[in-house]
Amino acid sequence: MTPVTIEVRNLVKKFGTFAALDGVDLKVDNGELLALLGPSGSGKTTLLRIIAGLDWPDAGEVSFNGEDALAQGARERHVGFVFQHYALFRHMTVFENVAFGLRVQPRAVRKDEATIRARVRELLDLVQLDWLADRYPSQLSGGQRQRIALARALAIEPRILLLDEPFGALDAKVRKELRMWLRSLHHEINVTSIFVTHDQEEALEVANRVVVMDKGKIEQIGSPDDVYENPATAFVHGFIGESIVLPVEVANGAVRLGDRPLNLVAQGAASGASRLFVRRHDMLVGPAGSGAFEGAVQHVRNFGPVQRAEVALFGGETIEIDAPRDKELRAGDTIGLEPRRYRIFAGA
Amino acid sequence: MTMQIADIVSLSRSDVKARAHAAAARDSLRTEPKAVRIAIITLAVLFLSVFVVLPLAVVFAQAFSRGILAYLAALSEPEALSAIRLTLLVAAISVGLNLVFGLVAAWAIAKFDFKGKTALITLIDLPFSVSPVISGLVFVLLFGAQGYFGGWLREHNIQILFAVPGIALATTFVTFPFVARALIPLMHEQGTQEEEAAISLGASGMQTFFRVTLPNIKWGVLYGVLLCNARAMGEFGAVSVVSGHIRGETNTMPLLVEILYNEYQFVAAFAIASLLAMLALITLIAKTVLERHLDEGHDARDH
Repeated sequence: MTPVTIEVRNLVKKFGTFAALDGVDLKVDNGELLALLGPSGSGKTTLLRIIAGLDWPDAGEVSFNGEDALAQGARERHVGFVFQHYALFRHMTVFENVAFGLRVQPRAVRKDEATIRARVRELLDLVQLDWLADRYPSQLSGGQRQRIALARALAIEPRILLLDEPFGALDAKVRKELRMWLRSLHHEINVTSIFVTHDQEEALEVANRVVVMDKGKIEQIGSPDDVYENPATAFVHGFIGESIVLPVEVANGAVRLGDRPLNLVAQGAASGASRLFVRRHDMLVGPAGSGAFEGAVQHVRNFGPVQRAEVALFGGETIEIDAPRDKELRAGDTIGLEPRRYRIFAGA
Repeated sequence: MTMQIADIVSLSRSDVKARAHAAAARDSLRTEPKAVRIAIITLAVLFLSVFVVLPLAVVFAQAFSRGILAYLAALSEPEALSAIRLTLLVAAISVGLNLVFGLVAAWAIAKFDFKGKTALITLIDLPFSVSPVISGLVFVLLFGAQGYFGGWLREHNIQILFAVPGIALATTFVTFPFVARALIPLMHEQGTQEEEAAISLGASGMQTFFRVTLPNIKWGVLYGVLLCNARAMGEFGAVSVVSGHIRGETNTMPLLVEILYNEYQFVAAFAIASLLAMLALITLIAKTVLERHLDEGHDARDH
């Protein structure tokens, strides 16, 4: 398969006064499996649809291998698109669904019937659903439908594979299975792929690289580890992984929570109201008087491998922390808390 | 001991009674008293019999009142045959035109967003809200001798009013909404994703329409065509205004029924009417079958 890199420059798309994309730049390398992650309304699906040719930007460029893609319609781009709600042709059998892309080719390049049948069989094998060839889409489960949709998209040997919330309409268990399956399938076919999701776990688990979007802008691009461990913005920290968020006051490099000074570094945040982000499991529990924070344990619940404690901090605010099970914690205890890792972002 | 057993028995008996009582109470919450139910059902059946079944029966009884030979003779009169031919021709033209218009209009409305869409939807319904007589008069005003295009038409020797084109135009106008109305909600509900999928798989616009859009709406199309056809064949008001009632030439079946009736030719009038009644019955049966298919189409929706 010919390698394809996608480049998007300064893409703008407005729906009325709402800016779905507000100046997006992105480069996708050949063979990558990239996740577009963001809350609904962040513009991720719009970006995907523009790359596919199903929507057109108001401004900006899209190129495949340096070629202007916007000069081509969706039909010419040779992009495989998988829809959230499958969009299988309801009046065709599974077999005919997968064969569709091969049958509508111009007569000059269209394969003969035997070749088409062989190719469809091959694809149905690939998605492990060859036994469903004669069924209609309405007779399949959600997970099966989505795998057929994927086989159909792959039938045209797409240069790029785009998946719009591919597992969004499935239940949790099927979703987990399909995630693993998609990753191994991508490994096998190695087509440059982008998938859209609002599920951070899905993005971190499946993708090589994650693009976090919010309000039509890219907040951060990085490896799954990167966006989780080193969130670039307050939004990313809040959106990926659960975080404790504390409203703090920064004054000349000193950090305060309410009227209580904290022994923490302001990390260059400008003076004024700021927000402190800490992962729950990064709050280390120590004896009273130790650590940057102090507080009273309200109550404790056991939560699988961890215990989750609600702590009322001195200086205001009640937070939830995760501590190892072997740590003795009881309601009423006064404890010290030291954030092993934290980020401070200016602005309330 | 025996006392106790008797107690238990009586207890369980009263228990059963109480339960039956409770069930009856529940039933009375869920439904009306029997007398009310019977009264309402009787009323409905009576109404239907008097207003629907009886007239239908009368049509056939009158048509066959002088026997089957008189019936067949009435239908094979040249005037009758001409009316049947004209009705079929006009229905074919107007259904054909409305099939194309309806498909295009429904496609545009359901699959695209554009300015003036609401206005277009309202306009499509216009023929339903205007009296058919007015619809006919509009064509007289346009194409009549004193009408806007009357002079030009006469110069070029084109006959629209009091001829087949006028009747076809009036019928087409009156029946315009049927196909579009049947398709808009269906196509709207189906959305555009399957079309998008087809295009991204390399299908052209025509391929997408004929391989994806049309098969998905075929039952809706048939449904619209069926209703459109029934109305086209039965249309009286608009056609009456533009036809000119030229015997053997511009009389459709409904017009002929009225003329024959006014001339006291009851057998002939009701013979033609019986054909229209049969058309109605066939339409009803076909409609029921199609509605079942349409429901299946809805159920098979991917979600």
